[in-house]
Order: sequence, then structure tokens, then C-alpha cells
Amino acid sequence: MIRSDILRDIAPILRDHLVVCNIGLPSQELHLIDDQPSNFYMLGTMGLSSSIGLGVALVQDKTVISIDGDGSVLTNFGTLPTIANNVSNNYILLIIDNGSYGSTGDQPTYAGMKTSLTDVARACGCENVIECKAEDTGKTLQSAIDSKKMTIIVAKCESGNIKVPVITKDPVVIRDRFMKAVQG
Amino acid sequence: MTVSEKIVADFVSNDVEFITTVPCKQLAGVIDAVEANSDIYHIPSNKEDEGMGLCAGAYMGGKRPAIIMQNTAIGVTVNTLVTLTQYYRMPLPMLISYRGELREPVACQAEMAVHTKALLSQLNIPTYHFHKEDDVEEFDAILKYTYMCNKPVAILTDASFWGGYGE
Repeated sequence: MIRSDILRDIAPILRDHLVVCNIGLPSQELHLIDDQPSNFYMLGTMGLSSSIGLGVALVQDKTVISIDGDGSVLTNFGTLPTIANNVSNNYILLIIDNGSYGSTGDQPTYAGMKTSLTDVARACGCENVIECKAEDTGKTLQSAIDSKKMTIIVAKCESGNIKVPVITKDPVVIRDRFMKAVQG
Repeated sequence: MTVSEKIVADFVSNDVEFITTVPCKQLAGVIDAVEANSDIYHIPSNKEDEGMGLCAGAYMGGKRPAIIMQNTAIGVTVNTLVTLTQYYRMPLPMLISYRGELREPVACQAEMAVHTKALLSQLNIPTYHFHKEDDVEEFDAILKYTYMCNKPVAILTDASFWGGYGE
């Protein structure tokens, strides 16, 4: 399975929650598969999906799922200690770990080599860290939501992309409808 | 009331309830005052762009955010300011220690100081420079202005404003 297969699998779970989605292909794929006003698509700023999602989670009660990639977590490594030390039990960080920078041509990341993001998250102090196979992402995500405990999921999948159009929605529209979904 | 207490009181009276900080020696007093205030959720960040991501999330979640950081962070956060804060039109007061100004003991800080206002100007970021202690009287109006116009706004605070570098 590749990232878009996972997104297709978990879309029925995601649509009931606030989702902050990583820049590039992950956002474009989610937008194509199941666009929802409760999805915040990042059009710029690689690495900040986990930080934006944590910020949303800390200030209100609805469940927030940040969809991130291994490359993006590596870009913003400081996020993991911040998450660990600011526990928000309505927050789930889903790292889709395909061992590559998918949006830029599948260059390998260190997460696909010696570095285990699962181990790193644990070492940073995150208490509920679950590594799963791609095909188990849906049930792992659902049980994390049901647990009402802040959870980091590292879903291991194969590298690869599907052809998707870029997102042409205006950023202020994306932001405004997301904020209405928060308030709704 | 100290300058730090006045700043935190203005944050609170403007409903700023979520503040992220990256420390600077000049900002130690105000960071302590933020941490001590029970109306504010203080979340230290490891890097300023991470902090701006947290602030973007807090804003969309329904709280008013702010960031406290050093001017060297302008070099770190240009992309985030442009493609997140400005592109999605989000308000962000940035209380910034303006290192490398008069009374600065560390020569390297002057290197970033000479670029600070030019970078902020290039980014079309409204910028205020607090040099004398009384300048803090404008802080309340600057916060109101920031949330009125939905822009990142810079408040540069130099060593003279803080009563010296700490020497």
C-alpha cells in the first residue's frame, strides 16, 4: 500500500474529525479523495502540520488528527518534545511513513534508513506511540480516537504517488471553512 | 507595574490566551511573567517556525495567539510568515527582542540587527520599535490593531527599552 491507499481507507474515519493535512501530495490526495470543510490543507510551510494540529487541539475539545509524513516530521523534529510535554488527549498525530520525500520525487529520508520515528517519539517523551502496518492504519486510528488519549501513530507504507491535481482553493476559504467546522 | 507586567496585562485584557516563546536573555522577565499568568497557556517552542504553526492552530481553534522571540528568528521564519500566517490571513503579534542595538555586548548580534527592519519591511509586516520605557503605552493599541487587520505585526524591543541588556 502507498499513502493514497491509506488515505482512501481512513477517509470515512477522518470526515467526522478536524484534520490538518501535510503540504503537497498528502493534501492534494485527501482533497481529491474526500474534500471536507473540516480538512485544513497546508499549501505551504513544510513540517508544520503537527504543530498546527496541536495548536488547534490545545484550545478546544474536538478531536484533531494531524496527518504528517516522515520527511515533514524530520523537517520539524522539535515538534515531538513539544507534543510530549503539552499533552492534549483530543490530539492524534498520524505519521504516514513511506521512507521518502514523496512530493519532491521520492528521495529517500533517514526515516527509511537507520532512524525510527517510533523510537524517536518515545525518546521525546510521547506516551502512546503505535507503529502499524499500512493496512492496519484504519483500526489503529479508530482505536486511538476511542481511547481519548493523545496518540502518535507511525503507519509504515510503501513509497509511491498517484497523479493528482494541485489545490486551487483560496487559502482564506480553506481557513474560514475549517474555522466554521471548529465552531460547528 | 514593571514593563513585563504591563505587557502581560495588555495580553490578558486583549484576550490573548495562547503564547509561545523562544527565549532571549532580554525577554527573560516577560517570559517569566507569561508563565506565571494563569489566564495564558504558555507553550515554549523549540524553534520559531514551529511556534508560528502552534499559533496558527490556536487561532483557528478559537483563541488569540502571540509569539515572543528574538529578532534572529526573522531569519528562521520568513517562509512561515509568508506561506502560513500571511497567506491564510491570520493575526500574530510578535513581541521581538531587538538584539544588536545600543548597549549590545555581543558583536554577532549586530549582524542580524542591521537586517531586521529591512526584512520586516520587505515582508510588508507592520513594525513598531520600542526604545524608551514609555513606548510600552502603545502595546495595547498594537494588539488591537493586529487582531483588526489579521496580519503578523512586529514589536521590536531593544535593550534600552528593557532598561539595559542585563549588564
